[in-house]
Amino acid sequence: MSRASDLAIRTRGLRKVFSGKVAVRNLTLEVSRGEVFGFLGPNGAGKSTSVKMLLGLVFPTGGEAEILGCPAGHVGTRRRVGFLPEHFRFYDWLTSVELLKLHGRLYGMSHAALRERIPALLELVGLAPHRDKRLRDFSKGMMQRIGLAQALLNEPDLIFLNEPTSGLDPIGRRLVRDIIKAQRERGATVLLNSHLLGEVEVTCDRVAFIKDGEVLETRQLTEDAEQTTVSLRALRVTAEVVNGLSQWSRSVCSEGERLRLTLSSPAQLPEVVRYLVAKGVDVYEVTPYRRSLEECFLEIIGSDGGL
Amino acid sequence: MGVWIMAAVTFREASRKKILWMALAAGAAFLVLFATGLHFQGKDFAAHGMSPVLRREITFAMLTMGLYAVDLLAVLMTILTSVDTLSGEIASGTIQAVATKPVARWQVLIGKWLGFVAMLTAYIAFMVGGVNVVTYAIAGVIARHLVRGCFLIWMESLILLSVTFAFATYFSTLTSGVLALGLHGLAFLGGWIEQFGALTQTQRAVRVGVIASVLMPSESLWRRAAFEMQSPLANAMRISPFSTLSVPSTAMIVYAAIYMGVALALAIRRFSQRDL
Repeated sequence: MSRASDLAIRTRGLRKVFSGKVAVRNLTLEVSRGEVFGFLGPNGAGKSTSVKMLLGLVFPTGGEAEILGCPAGHVGTRRRVGFLPEHFRFYDWLTSVELLKLHGRLYGMSHAALRERIPALLELVGLAPHRDKRLRDFSKGMMQRIGLAQALLNEPDLIFLNEPTSGLDPIGRRLVRDIIKAQRERGATVLLNSHLLGEVEVTCDRVAFIKDGEVLETRQLTEDAEQTTVSLRALRVTAEVVNGLSQWSRSVCSEGERLRLTLSSPAQLPEVVRYLVAKGVDVYEVTPYRRSLEECFLEIIGSDGGL
Repeated sequence: MGVWIMAAVTFREASRKKILWMALAAGAAFLVLFATGLHFQGKDFAAHGMSPVLRREITFAMLTMGLYAVDLLAVLMTILTSVDTLSGEIASGTIQAVATKPVARWQVLIGKWLGFVAMLTAYIAFMVGGVNVVTYAIAGVIARHLVRGCFLIWMESLILLSVTFAFATYFSTLTSGVLALGLHGLAFLGGWIEQFGALTQTQRAVRVGVIASVLMPSESLWRRAAFEMQSPLANAMRISPFSTLSVPSTAMIVYAAIYMGVALALAIRRFSQRDL
């Protein structure tokens, strides 16, 4: 359990009911400061509603939520928070610079600070050549980029990114990854809500799997990177041999000629093979592979997606 | 600070989206038409050798008619321009980027309200001022208590603005517009029923009108404005179609101000407590 002061986000039994329909059942979550945290779940799992409750856009029916040590929705705390909504849209008669100026002023930033910050941000998100273009002439990807820029204006301690790569091309996606990485290096906490598991896998330190408004499991991805699952085709595998494998793996599965086990490091694999040979097992095939986040997702959430 | 930022952006929106400029252009066209009518009317008076007193009274009646049209335009302008600002932004999600900034929701709402107040003030000043300038230039007549009358028309717009905002925090754009216009329509009809009741001395009809004014005091402000701006003779003799037989009292104006405050408070309360 982390100390409250180390936490960027803390929720206890958070619940939201819309007209009798439960959107978030019981969300209990802790996200440490400086962490890049992924929010995963099928459509309708309650991810967006949870994010909105943390931002004070939606009022919880029950439970409690804190961000940066203050109750969710606290006006003063918002000065330290950035938010990119899903499908960012804003007054289309504004230019890029005007939009950032307006949001900067709402953050309470001075004109002098904005004069420095806005060109740098436009450069960062690749919109510097479009600084005087009106939003009505922007493509979907450009809207997402300017939305990202407004979320980073105040150099926030906590950033909520709701489907940040929506509408972006591969270059834009790469840009988002780099920005998240830079924010982590700066010490900011990022909560990433995305359907693109590949994006989450390469950017997040930890993820929560959510279904029906509840956290089913949280998983450390940086530790997982070392974990290796091995599939073996072997004959003469006895129950004693399978039991012996538990010294390397907590999950050993034997089905006919197939043995499957998860090792905490690939370095353990030669030891396992030596052990099997020593026990008189005929080993025909050894295939190590890393379980993808998608496989974890399907295993935890289930293929029905909860709909 | 957040209030002024939102007020400025709301006013700029009206300007950038050409709402204000189009309204002023349409208003200018209205003034040209009004001036043309008044000009020919004046020529006709001269040809018929009409007495100066009658000529002055008819000009006053035309001025009141012009102001009546301005009042109706201001009502429509208020509702049509402001009805989408909250409900539309809530429905599209645009409001989320603003509501997550370190600005209280009441500041967002009041800021938007003030932005519209500025726009409506400019519009009403231009239109009421324009009608009076034209009438003075052509016929040498100006509304009797111009500032008082203009203030009452402005107040009528502000009531409708506050009511539209209150509806928009509960309902969709279309529903809010229908409700706000419907409520004003109720007051409008109630006002005429009250007038006819006073003319025929039917107390129950007068009471229906008063109840309608209590439900929505916007129309009673126009009737008081008409009373303030018309010639004393027209008011006394009841010779103009806009003569007010049943003049709304000062208490009704105070009630209208309280009504506006309550509508605005309801809008703030609902907007601050609703999910976005």
